[in-house]
Amino acid sequence: MVDTTANQVLTTADGTPLKISLRRALRREKIRSLLLIAPLFLFILITFLFPIADMLYRGIDNEIMPRILPRTLEAIESWDPSGEGLPDEAVFAAMAQDVKQGAKEKTIGKIGRRLNYEVPGMSSLFRKSQRTMKQIKEPPYKEAMIKMDKKWGNLTTWRLIKREAGKYTWSYYLAGLDLRFNEKSQIVAQPKNRRIYVKLFGRTLWLSTVITLFCLVLGYPIAFLLATLPLRISNLLMILVLLPFWTSLLVRTTSWIALLQQQGVINDLLVWLNLLADDSRLRMIHNQIGTMVAMTHILLPFMVLPLYSVMKTIPPSYMRAARSLGANPFTAFVRVYMPNTVPGIGAGCILIFILSIGYYITPALVGGTDGTFISNFIAYHISTSLNWGLAAALGVYLLALILALYVLYDKLVGIDNMKLG
Amino acid sequence: MPSDISFSALQFGAVCRKAGGLIVKFKVDAGKPSEDGSMKSRFISVITAGLTAGGLLAANAAQAVELTVISWGGAYTASQQKAYHEPYMKKNPSVKILNDDSASEGLSKLRAQVEAGNVTWDLVDMVAADAITACDEGIAIEIDHDKLLAPAPDGTPATKDFGDMIVSPCFIPQIVYSTTFGYRTDKLKTPPTTIADVFDLKKFPGKRSLEKKPIGNLEWALLADGVSVDKVYDVLSTEKGLERAFKKLDTIKSEVVWWTKGAVPTQLLADGEVVMASAYNGRLFSLIEEEKQPVGMMWDWQVFDLDGWVIPKGGKNQAEVEKFLRFATDTQRLADQAKFISYGPARQSSAPMVGKHATLGIDMGPHMPTAPANAKHTLLFNYEWWADHRAELDERFQAWLVQ
Amino acid sequence: MALPLYATLGERIWHYAFYVICGLIFFFLIFPILVIIPLSFNTVPFFTFTEKMLSLDPEGYSLRWYKDFFTSLNWQGAVRNSFIIAIFSTVIATFLGTLAALGLSRAHAPYRTAIMGLLISPMVVPLIISAAGMFFFYSRVGLQGTLLGVILAHAALSAPFVVITVTATLVGFDQSLIRAAAGLGASPTRTFLKVMMPLILPGVISGALFAFVTSFDEVVVVLFVGSFKQRTIPWQMFSGIREHISPTILAVATLLVCLAILLLTSVELLRRRNERMRGLRPS
Repeated sequence: MVDTTANQVLTTADGTPLKISLRRALRREKIRSLLLIAPLFLFILITFLFPIADMLYRGIDNEIMPRILPRTLEAIESWDPSGEGLPDEAVFAAMAQDVKQGAKEKTIGKIGRRLNYEVPGMSSLFRKSQRTMKQIKEPPYKEAMIKMDKKWGNLTTWRLIKREAGKYTWSYYLAGLDLRFNEKSQIVAQPKNRRIYVKLFGRTLWLSTVITLFCLVLGYPIAFLLATLPLRISNLLMILVLLPFWTSLLVRTTSWIALLQQQGVINDLLVWLNLLADDSRLRMIHNQIGTMVAMTHILLPFMVLPLYSVMKTIPPSYMRAARSLGANPFTAFVRVYMPNTVPGIGAGCILIFILSIGYYITPALVGGTDGTFISNFIAYHISTSLNWGLAAALGVYLLALILALYVLYDKLVGIDNMKLG
Repeated sequence: MPSDISFSALQFGAVCRKAGGLIVKFKVDAGKPSEDGSMKSRFISVITAGLTAGGLLAANAAQAVELTVISWGGAYTASQQKAYHEPYMKKNPSVKILNDDSASEGLSKLRAQVEAGNVTWDLVDMVAADAITACDEGIAIEIDHDKLLAPAPDGTPATKDFGDMIVSPCFIPQIVYSTTFGYRTDKLKTPPTTIADVFDLKKFPGKRSLEKKPIGNLEWALLADGVSVDKVYDVLSTEKGLERAFKKLDTIKSEVVWWTKGAVPTQLLADGEVVMASAYNGRLFSLIEEEKQPVGMMWDWQVFDLDGWVIPKGGKNQAEVEKFLRFATDTQRLADQAKFISYGPARQSSAPMVGKHATLGIDMGPHMPTAPANAKHTLLFNYEWWADHRAELDERFQAWLVQ
Repeated sequence: MALPLYATLGERIWHYAFYVICGLIFFFLIFPILVIIPLSFNTVPFFTFTEKMLSLDPEGYSLRWYKDFFTSLNWQGAVRNSFIIAIFSTVIATFLGTLAALGLSRAHAPYRTAIMGLLISPMVVPLIISAAGMFFFYSRVGLQGTLLGVILAHAALSAPFVVITVTATLVGFDQSLIRAAAGLGASPTRTFLKVMMPLILPGVISGALFAFVTSFDEVVVVLFVGSFKQRTIPWQMFSGIREHISPTILAVATLLVCLAILLLTSVELLRRRNERMRGLRPS
């Protein structure tokens, strides 16, 4: 019972002031909510967010250099890379020891590969040294090493080693933007034949834009149809949209391979209808066309569903009112209906754009070499070239791009309003 | 079944049983008198039963040994299955041999596994250059060939029987094969006869298929451009030489469909997607003789290579793998695989035993890469050169593809 | 919109032309999925309709690819792994996701937007980045190439779907029911189990279905976090497509399409049931 004497503070039955009691109850509520959320939060933190953070770290991770070349890095600290002279004998001796130990433990090859990302030729230098360094048994090492391989006498080699001596490096993040450190440790562009990543990002964004536009052009009419037909019919037609949505991505990609091949269903049909000669079949796969067609088909339901839910909320009386005020159907549509659907258009477009940029499977299977996205190169660097630093750097750039777009999506639609059909 | 299924299953089986119990109890308590209450509770009990059954099944796995053998897929893996795997599994019923066809990325995937600290492969089929690299990096183990491998029937120790084929202490040679060209006999007016024909789009129009690697393609580009075979690697060692090779490849780049898996070029030829393709000679043999496709072979400047086994470091079934290897690389087995595919056995003692195809009955001799009619112009890989330069050339090639 | 009686000729033409256009777009959507069904019965190992098939000659059709699928060791392992991984990760995701959704829907949940954003981040981040990050991190802790690693990864990826669907269900939840139950003397746990759970169960199951499909259909993360021993059906399909060889892939694809139809039907039934239970539509 609450004591409501005019001059006294309100209290609850056990005598504590109402304010404090209320605050306590609220706090308990909040803690209970947080306790319910906590398991999933911790789970996602450990299994998902830590990995993303690890990826950020891998982009700057350079620990193999101090681990495998400890003596060399210590000895080279006193050498001035901007001068014109090679390091002195002590540094060469340290390198010889490190290479001999690395050869025994079979770890020196990694150094060669790592340095090769910056300066081609390092890999062969270290491989050769791995095989033949044990023949150089005693000082002076400098001449012997230079005689074994000229590259030991190049300033470039030693400047590179000195520059990449630390535990951390920026070279991967730079490489992801087609930049590199030159000999004076300034940031310059990569040589022309190695500039591919900016181009790849550009191609990914361009193809994604085209795909988004195709999806919009194809999705708008059917969303309109579904929203305006009577419920029973539109539910049935909705199945035609939802079935592709629920079908496995690989299944849809497979069917496009079967359709688009030179000897596939579409070309066969066109030849049979005599619209095409047999030896000038259309090349629709293993190129950008394949990527665009397949991905438009795969992402189309993502455009239809948000548009449908927005269009469903527009009362049909608007159009009738516009007509009764004298507009012809076209004007009524363009000036009354369409502006009301703009939130749906925006949401659908950004959703498709975000999804499309990160795609890996479809471009890998039907893209050939000029229809591939940046994600294919991230995968290439993880599983084939094993340049994990570069893969991580590219991944971070992609993630930053997606987050920026996601913030935009949030401003337009709001995270809470996501409906999944 | 692998042990980690049982471990995870036991953990989650416990959780599921607890959760399942809760749900069942709730169904009994709910007592909702609705017409679809029974459907819902049936639905739930089905889920519960399924979960517990799944957990139990997984926990009661059989204790067979499973060897994961990595190879190249298609007709080649089929020949290995018929000549090595099936006879061995018959003799040792507790052993199951699983085939994973990722040998085309074998080296990098193995590197990744060793870096990641979890090697799940037991035996990997690698070409000589990859095996040398793997050995140098310590991801394959060195073996004592005489101790591990069986001697020839006449008593010659394995090291003598294999001879020069043992290019690395980690490498167990298996076959000699070559990469060469196949072409559609019905789609080209005149058949190609020299390597320069592959780069001639006017006389031989249509798409080609080449392996998505610089190895082989760069040498072919230079040979087609007129460089003599003994100077190829010298030219490739210079920047100008590399540019020359890439320029020659540029002339056909727009017409090339790139393959990574060994079964793809023959499939492309059969589908008619390309008119010429480089492929492993044994796959072309299968395509022509077994599947009877209208394809011919062009052996000009076929690239000889060695293929064999390496044992990954940190593999989990090493003892069983060594037993298997001793069986799979003895004289009879290597001669047997030549009954299914036109690859030459690496052992000298197996060569005279090569006879006829197991099912087609045709003589395998003339189809071998070493047959004199085919071996007029052969290019031998310079393994050391490629081991040294592959890192930079792989990267440069990938960048060239995107340009 | 029905065609009004006073429509002009131009409007009539446009009206029917519009239907034709929409028909074509629907055809574009559905034809690729349906076309592989007959192709999977092809006798020859090609991805095209042979003459025999087009003339409906029974010799052009065969079940050899289905037989190939059911007898192959690789595919059997793949099916087994797919179901095990999907079921376990669905259970984890549903359990944790429902709890989190309940917590987020309470009246005084703090930092709701930020936490919601974080919890559904696995859905937003492109799969390749998740896969790459998980590959790096799980290798560090020794989970790479293990079944547990793949299950955890899939649970993390599917949980957002459960959170979203259950939150959506809870939005329409009438809080006065809780107060009524409390007023009748029920403890909070009893209220939850007997009042809340039955009403949100369709949402939970719907979320669980989404989670199941996400895990079942997922290929990028499995390729990186798993190894050959954890190969799933999509893994096998992906390798198979790259190999370009047999229409066994098409047979598997057909079976997956049937599975999709099944799932679609169950989601639709659940949705209708949900609407009926909440009184939005007469039964």
